[in-house]
Amino acid sequence: MLLFSCPNCGPRNETEFHYGGQAHVAYPEHPEELSDRQWAEYLFYRQNTKGLFAERWVHSTGCRKWFNMVRDTVSYDIKAVYRMGEQPPAGLIPAGTGSTSPTQHAPEGAKP
Amino acid sequence: MVNTTANTEVRGLRRSPAAHLWTDFAVGSVAGERGVTLREIPFQTMVGIRVDPSSEAGRRIGTVTGGLPLACGNVTSGPSGLAVLWLGPDEFLAIAPDNGGVDGGILAAALVEALGESSGQVVDLSSNRTTLELAGPSARDVLEKSCAADLHPRAFAPGTAITTEIGKIPVVLWKTGPETFQIFPRASFADHLGRWLLDGMGEFAAAGSPTWH
Ligand SMILES: [Zn+2]
Repeated sequence: MLLFSCPNCGPRNETEFHYGGQAHVAYPEHPEELSDRQWAEYLFYRQNTKGLFAERWVHSTGCRKWFNMVRDTVSYDIKAVYRMGEQPPAGLIPAGTGSTSPTQHAPEGAKP
Repeated sequence: MVNTTANTEVRGLRRSPAAHLWTDFAVGSVAGERGVTLREIPFQTMVGIRVDPSSEAGRRIGTVTGGLPLACGNVTSGPSGLAVLWLGPDEFLAIAPDNGGVDGGILAAALVEALGESSGQVVDLSSNRTTLELAGPSARDVLEKSCAADLHPRAFAPGTAITTEIGKIPVVLWKTGPETFQIFPRASFADHLGRWLLDGMGEFAAAGSPTWH
């Protein structure tokens, strides 16, 4: 059983939390200008990182607040916990493997 | 709600969510140095508050409640047995003892007035949850069978309240004394949680048996 350190409540059992997927996926500035494909990429396309990954969690049975966490998807080692609106600690997420860029990348082999 | 004769009569017909278990609670309670008792405290007044405690509205609500708790675990106490439990940075639960139904929503109305037109929320939640009180030298042992929160006194001192789970049931848990816990399950969970706790208390009735851990 893992202990997550909620920014509001401190260390709690992982069963009190729910997962919210990749963090830092920015809402498009002009959603009305997106093609269907770009909109679908915003909605559904996410990184599938092996290693350090920035993701959102909610303390469902505690304070009910969302926060961000950098977790190693291989070892489950939790590297950082920080509030919504904040960026992960500098240098923690290697370029191209994390999720700090709002730009959505098409999967390999996909036609533009 | 206005105190009319009609709703005073209705109050005589109130039935609490665990009322059918009161006999079982009495039979299952254990005396002695390994004792643990369970009872329901019915019909407490509860009001849910959503407000930024640092705002002007938060200050106004604080003047009614005797302040708002500012950190996880904290509880403030106000007039006439009123307590406010921290549920989140902007979410609180005000609890006051039942006084035979005389309150009739007076506390909620006072808090609604204090909130005024400011952003936030005040909702009378009195029948949302009931109160189960688990007390005695073995109370913590019973809880620790199915509550993963750290209940050791160094982390969970008397006067602390948290939201957590007991046997997968979401509850608010308030340690009101060194060996006394008040548990607030939603009404529909009261039967299951009451029976669940009784089951956990059973072993302490057996004379001389070792504890479970
Ligand atoms: Zn929390």
